Amino acid sequence: MKSRFIASLLLGTALTLAAGGMASAGDKVVKIGALSDQSGLYSDLGGPGSTLATQMAIEDSGLAGKGWKIDVISGDHQNKPDIGTSIARQWFDVDKVDIIVDVPNSGVALAVNNVVKEKNGVYINSGAATSDLTNAQCSPNTVHWTYDTYMLAHTTGQALVKAGGTSWFFLTADYAFGAALERDTTAVVTANGGKVIGGVKHPLNTSDFSSFLLQAQSSGAKVIGLANAGGDTTNSIKQAAEFGLTKGGQKLAALLLFLTDVKSIGLDIAQGLNFTETFYWDMNDQTRAFSDRFAKRMRNGAPPTMVQAGVYAGLLHYFKALEALGENPHDGVKVVDKMKSIPTEDALFGKGEIQPNGRTIHTAYLFEVKKPSESKGPWDLYKLVGSVPGDQAFTPLDKSACALLKK
Amino acid sequence: MQALYAQLLVGLINGSFYALLSLGLAVIFGMLNIINFAHGALYMMGAFCAYFLLNLGGINYWWALLLAPIIVGIFGMILERTLLQWLTGLDHLYGLLLTFGIALIVQGIFQNYFGSSGLPYAIPDQLRGGMNLGFMFLPIYRGWVVVFSLVVCLATWFLIERTRLGAYLRAATENPTLVRAFGINVPRMITLTYGLGVGLAALAGVLSAPINQVRPLMGADLIIVVFAVVVIGGMGSIMGSIITGFALGVVEGLTKYFYPEASNTVVFVLMVLVLLVKPTGLTGRAA
Repeated sequence: MKSRFIASLLLGTALTLAAGGMASAGDKVVKIGALSDQSGLYSDLGGPGSTLATQMAIEDSGLAGKGWKIDVISGDHQNKPDIGTSIARQWFDVDKVDIIVDVPNSGVALAVNNVVKEKNGVYINSGAATSDLTNAQCSPNTVHWTYDTYMLAHTTGQALVKAGGTSWFFLTADYAFGAALERDTTAVVTANGGKVIGGVKHPLNTSDFSSFLLQAQSSGAKVIGLANAGGDTTNSIKQAAEFGLTKGGQKLAALLLFLTDVKSIGLDIAQGLNFTETFYWDMNDQTRAFSDRFAKRMRNGAPPTMVQAGVYAGLLHYFKALEALGENPHDGVKVVDKMKSIPTEDALFGKGEIQPNGRTIHTAYLFEVKKPSESKGPWDLYKLVGSVPGDQAFTPLDKSACALLKK
Repeated sequence: MQALYAQLLVGLINGSFYALLSLGLAVIFGMLNIINFAHGALYMMGAFCAYFLLNLGGINYWWALLLAPIIVGIFGMILERTLLQWLTGLDHLYGLLLTFGIALIVQGIFQNYFGSSGLPYAIPDQLRGGMNLGFMFLPIYRGWVVVFSLVVCLATWFLIERTRLGAYLRAATENPTLVRAFGINVPRMITLTYGLGVGLAALAGVLSAPINQVRPLMGADLIIVVFAVVVIGGMGSIMGSIITGFALGVVEGLTKYFYPEASNTVVFVLMVLVLLVKPTGLTGRAA
């Protein structure tokens, strides 16, 4: 509740400021817009937790003590690209927002990407998966922080093919994200000698997967690739167990799985699933310390997901760039260029860098869901089974289709 | 061909939920003349109730099937006594707005405390596993859902259409003053009817808890489809809503097989077609 109170205070201050005439170029005023799915199927992995991460990043940056004035507003894009872009436009035009963070849902993320570029703001995307953000649709204003579909395909996907999963059937969420994840994973499967024998596209936010799972079952594929996320993935996994898919020898590839998803499926059913993330709260003392502070302020006591951690870390890096510039130039390209010129380093993601196409490179970790007997607490869910260095997990620059690289 | 049988059966399973929910809506609309938009939220409360009974009270699934509808039904009756009864005789729109508001508040409260991902609820031990029907692997729990909801639907139909109590109820909607003159407490009967409709929603919630995640928005996602089912079947027709519920589940299942992208919209397309041809719904009487 306290964070809510602070948020509304900040909002109030922000509104007063906006009414009183806005900052001109070169000052120490920053306004952050946290745009997310605040109430739908992705709200647990981003949503209010991402707004909290934003506030914690501001507090931890220490900039307030150095004469900076930083405000936050948050918005709910409801997983609709048109709502996302109209909020973004209003934020830039009316509220004088400098930077938009989070934005899960690839469909919305790509639409907002264009608005930020047009308005010359800064865009740190943590929640969306599509690798198009740093490829065909890359922008000089965008940093894609946490993960992307290329990384998921080249870690989880590749590991499964190499372990003998040579024939694949996809269950794909029918929008930009699902398509990108299926495309990137298919490339990995075929490059490693496997083949894709079928697939079915399901509408976003489906509750019953039995029809689709029956089709996957009768396809006889060795691996069923789940190119979906959030509630869609948890329902697929739960119902696949019910229909005996895994008992029949087929393997589920949870290409994108978040902490809150695993929690929601329950260890009974989720145990043994392999997947990839770039952050887990229980990695080391630093991540645990941050997660403790975060969970205490979270309304349901949940530790941060990798998306929320990415919002925090991305913003800290943004503040570093502002500090190096000495002021906020209110010029998105200039700030993002500065961000790219400084190597990234923070307590949550370790060392890395932002490539010229806007892709943040850091280590990706392969996890396995623990057995119920191995879990020592309500959020003790993952076992680390391996790690992939950032330069191998993410798109190599020579393969990136980003136009910024051809200058 | 085998795949087709499987999809038909899967459609029937989903149809069970549609039937149970649209039956509750039809009972409430038929007897109280209220379009109960809170139905999805009450369905969700049924599932959460089962979750709490298990995790806080150690009360298993079988008792939850009995207790959750009663608990949520009592909550419904309190709603009826404190809020809905004041709307008697007013335009439908008021009931719609009030119940829609109640749904938003209830969902908001649950979402604030439990987030949107949902909580796990395991299938009871007795109903685990499945059997091979030749053309598909049928999880026993799903088979149970179809049989159980069919029994409940028919029992409700029998109660309202074939018993003395049901006759009182139907008479009370036709002419409450006259029925009151026979010494029957009409307001209490209406409260109990609302409780029954709500109890059916909660029962569907308990049934769905082991299949779907127990999520604050589980009802909101479903209720729109269920309203389309009620519109297609004809508002207030008990048997009509049962049959349409199962039938539309099957239609949806077939769509998932032939053209999965349209599976979310097929029910609404049907709704438009039915409204164009027969505005009172398939089994509805002319108003």
